[in-house]
Amino acid sequence: MTDMAENNRAVIKLKEQFAASILDVKEFRGEVTVTVKKEDVVAVCGFLKSALAYNFLTDVTAVDYLGQEPRFMVVYNLYSIPNKDRIRVKAPVTEGDCSIDSLTTLWNSANWLEREVFDLFGIIFKGHPDLRRILMTDDWVGHPLRKDYPLQGPGREPYKGRLS
Amino acid sequence: MASTETMTINMGPQHPSTHGVLRLVLELDGEKIEKITPHIGYLHRGVEKLSEHRSYHQTLPLTDRLDYLAPMSNNLGYVLAVEKLLGIEVPERAQTVRVIMAELTRLKSHLVWLACHALDIGAMTVFIYAFREREMIMSLYEKISGARMTSNYFRVGGLSQDVYANFEKDVREIVDTFPGHFDTYEGLLTKNTIWLNRTIGNGVISAEDAIDYGITGPALRGSGVDWDLRRDNPYSGYDKYDFKVPVGEKCDTFDRYKVRLVEMREAVKIIKQALDSLKPGPVLADAPQVCYPPKDAVYNSIEGLIHHFKIASEGFPVPEGEVYQSVEAPKGELGFYLVSDGSTKPYRMRIRPPSFVNLGAIEKMCKGTMIADLVAVIGTLDIVLGEIDR
Repeated sequence: MTDMAENNRAVIKLKEQFAASILDVKEFRGEVTVTVKKEDVVAVCGFLKSALAYNFLTDVTAVDYLGQEPRFMVVYNLYSIPNKDRIRVKAPVTEGDCSIDSLTTLWNSANWLEREVFDLFGIIFKGHPDLRRILMTDDWVGHPLRKDYPLQGPGREPYKGRLS
Repeated sequence: MASTETMTINMGPQHPSTHGVLRLVLELDGEKIEKITPHIGYLHRGVEKLSEHRSYHQTLPLTDRLDYLAPMSNNLGYVLAVEKLLGIEVPERAQTVRVIMAELTRLKSHLVWLACHALDIGAMTVFIYAFREREMIMSLYEKISGARMTSNYFRVGGLSQDVYANFEKDVREIVDTFPGHFDTYEGLLTKNTIWLNRTIGNGVISAEDAIDYGITGPALRGSGVDWDLRRDNPYSGYDKYDFKVPVGEKCDTFDRYKVRLVEMREAVKIIKQALDSLKPGPVLADAPQVCYPPKDAVYNSIEGLIHHFKIASEGFPVPEGEVYQSVEAPKGELGFYLVSDGSTKPYRMRIRPPSFVNLGAIEKMCKGTMIADLVAVIGTLDIVLGEIDR
């Protein structure tokens, strides 16, 4: 199945330009995922936007793989409106250096999406114009979507009843 | 020489025109808005974190409560994402019923949009008329799934149960009477001088800016970008139906209003085509790992009972991987990014809410206009706080 990913025209062009930054290319259920080093994320996404017509930033999010190193994976879902095509760019972020460059220079939609990732995961976006909490209250301590944050919130007993 | 200062006013979380618990801190110079700072999170319930502790079927009712005005759209997006992860095919009858319910949901949501948008601008009659029409759809929801609003009708692999006996009659009644009602709303608003004065030239955002700010759905189509996920990346059999995708030209509130009205008419057209093409057949996929057995097997055989018990108590394991599946919800592109680690619970469920990203553009659309224009823009962006805050 990986040869379908290798033949994807975006992946081919990316490998020509950014061969050193690409860590992994995967294809699952028809979707192509490219993992790049976090330092090159702005360059890769800028190239995808300008040269390959992936002009719409659908989503910026993160996944916490607690127990693995690197701990976080920041996921960018891009869409090409003229070509009706999707691609996913992922960048690993370690817990020790929990920061990555912001994409607000490329898309203004990244402003709020990155604020939410910062609020819920604690990943700092360097160069973001207004990085503060968006969903939790301004004085909240902790980052709720991390795997080591308790489901019931701080200072409470876990729910001991039935779920169904 | 007098010095001027801006006045900071709070359009608080409890406000009749903010369509939910949205707090806007406005800095005003007289009546003109200099800066808007939206504060959201008043309805944050932690749906994404909750889903990590519940099986895939238990997460389904949580998705109902995201955009609570269009619950079956959220269900559809989630169920399609899980089916994509599992790689199972849904039977044709289930797909057709899903399209009918999704388009009825679009009608339901757009009727609320029209009602509340008109009410904010001052046209109260439209509110009452639209909610009367909405009652027909709500009672159909209740007959088909048991609940007027949070239906939880779809399942991974198809539907929870087949449609009830008079379903076709009820849907035909909706299909036959609604275009007449749309003519009533248009007669009340489209040539109304006050409506035209309030909406033309209001909330203008160009096509490039709309794409840059991530706006999707009717708000983007009002700005002239021809993109509809039902036509461009079809799901659940949408490629079989013939429908028009309306696109505006002048990028203002009046064009978004016209786009949504045409969308309502096209939704009725799609429902009619889907209803005509409804054939008998199974409503659950042939995937015993995932789908419940029929009830007579559960009650009358031990294997059926064990099967049902296994799926209900611990859920079904899903192969490791990640998918992103999006649907054209009435508000825009509703996306579900599911990461699975091979267990019966989602490892990470990310919901890409259209209203959240649309609301990020509000300062761009409203800077320099008056508060009354801000109210019209909130109405035209059609935001739902349940989706924004999750």
